[in-house]
Amino acid sequence: MDMNSDVKVIKVKNLCKKFGDFTANDNLSFEVSKGEIFGFLGANGAGKTTAIKILCGLSYPSSGEISVAGFDVYKQREQLKRNIGYMSQKFSLYEDLTVFENIRFYGGIYGLSKEVIHSKADDLLKKLDLQHARNKRISSLPLGWKQKLAFSVAIFHDPEIVFLDEPTGGVDPVTRRQFWDLIYEASRQGITIFVTTHYMDEAEYCDRVSIMVDGKIEALDTPAKLKEDFNAEDMDQVFLALARKAINIE
Amino acid sequence: MRILKYLLQKEFLQIFRNKSMLPIIFAMPILQLCVLSFAATYDMKNTNLYIVDKDLSSHSRELISKFNGSPFFTVKEIGFSVEEAEKEIYKDKIDAILVFNDDFGKSVDLKNGASIQVLINAINASSAGLYNAYISSVIQDYNRNVSASIKEVNTGTPVHIVESSYLHQFNPEMKYIPYMLPGLLVLLVTVIGLFLSAMNVVREKEIGTIEQINVTPIKKYQFLLAKLIPFLLIGFIELGIGLLIAAFLFKIPFLGSVWLIYLVAFVYLIGILGFGLLISTQTNTQQQAMFIAWFFMVIFLLMSGLFTPVESMPDWGQKLNYFNPIAYFIKIIRMILLKGSGFMDIIKEVLILGIFAIVSVSIAVNRYRKVA
Repeated sequence: MDMNSDVKVIKVKNLCKKFGDFTANDNLSFEVSKGEIFGFLGANGAGKTTAIKILCGLSYPSSGEISVAGFDVYKQREQLKRNIGYMSQKFSLYEDLTVFENIRFYGGIYGLSKEVIHSKADDLLKKLDLQHARNKRISSLPLGWKQKLAFSVAIFHDPEIVFLDEPTGGVDPVTRRQFWDLIYEASRQGITIFVTTHYMDEAEYCDRVSIMVDGKIEALDTPAKLKEDFNAEDMDQVFLALARKAINIE
Repeated sequence: MRILKYLLQKEFLQIFRNKSMLPIIFAMPILQLCVLSFAATYDMKNTNLYIVDKDLSSHSRELISKFNGSPFFTVKEIGFSVEEAEKEIYKDKIDAILVFNDDFGKSVDLKNGASIQVLINAINASSAGLYNAYISSVIQDYNRNVSASIKEVNTGTPVHIVESSYLHQFNPEMKYIPYMLPGLLVLLVTVIGLFLSAMNVVREKEIGTIEQINVTPIKKYQFLLAKLIPFLLIGFIELGIGLLIAAFLFKIPFLGSVWLIYLVAFVYLIGILGFGLLISTQTNTQQQAMFIAWFFMVIFLLMSGLFTPVESMPDWGQKLNYFNPIAYFIKIIRMILLKGSGFMDIIKEVLILGIFAIVSVSIAVNRYRKVA
């Protein structure tokens, strides 16, 4: 993989997020390079979604220095938003609109021209093999198609970074594999991928992964290096080793 | 501006695609207008009277026959005991009791101020007021006849008869439909506007699309404007349907300018929609939004004087109406339709509605958080 590791598109230093007494993100620090597929792993409630929302400008951090796509999350929120894509856990296309209407809407609000929207939509539908569904309502599509479409819509305006919050929840392994093909393709085009998941097989597909336990990043490296460090056969074992450690501390 | 176009396009598609909402938006108000215009009546018919006649003179009988002859009254019973009569009131069979004391006839003859006691079931204050007015007018009418007959025998000094005469301007026959219908029109555009806007943003929160919106560079005002404009148009269409029904089905007078009504409706609806959107941005579920919208709707409506006279509210209640947009709009629309008031007559009320619109929209934009 051709990776320009010099350019850091996400820089996070000492990110903290507190909700009252509860610390959801405890002093996170990491950097992500351009074009990288960065896996953000952790059990449910470890603080993944909290962190991703801060990086997307949907939530304020309590403290820390954070820049995304070269923009500061405190001061340059709107420029930041122009340069990122986001696909949330909750399904985010309009069910009562058709496939094309959804594409047109999201393209339109990012300021793409009508011609660009039409030509890109045609390419996109061809690529996903969804031309026949162009005028079908989203509500009539199977979940796997919806997710592929939601991802494609999230990168429709060619953002520098796309944030995916558990994008493959609830779909079968074959569809998940197809979904990852789309992610690889986007990465090849230079889009940085920041993805949270709790499927450990998906962790293997990432260039680097961080593993969060109780709001802290406990491990951060390539999957191969992590397996070596933890003397594990697969990422599942790495994850269990860290999770067990968390329980022992408690 | 282009972004707004795409936002509007999406909102309109969603509204017209919602097959269950569309009939509700347009059929319900028409039904409401037709049913309520007939049902919500202030007209008096069949007031049940109990007469306690301890006098049994020709004068008392004459007055009783006047009540009997009136289409508004039904003399249910004539008795001698006030206690018995009151029992009937407790049973809710009687609306009012008239008591003639045994000196009534004598007093009329002697001209030293005959009196009749009137007891009214005042559980419903507004109808009690009407019973009172109707009974008084029958008695007054009788009074005139008595004075006239006295005048005949009394040759010499003329008896001065003080007569007050009423001329009900603008609604001469005291019909209730011309009075109620403009108010019901306001009710109708308010219900639709407030509920549609209150349920809208929160719906996007529920299905999760709001996050997708918040992560885009859309400006807050663009997003809310795109929500407001379609509902404004729906409100205008509703108002138009309502005015057509008012004009052709109920034939209420249209003395003023319809354009002026629309101008006021524009200002008013922006205020109501802004308020609805404010509710929507502050709630997390459609259920919450619904309850809050309903809460304000009921307060505004009951305070507005549409169904109960404002005059019978306590002083503080009447003062609360300074902050009640519904009350202003009802007042204005009645003035324009029934009196033909022009812009300069209603300018104060319109300015107040304007302030309400500016305040509610700015708070809504301010309170809508793209960042949690």
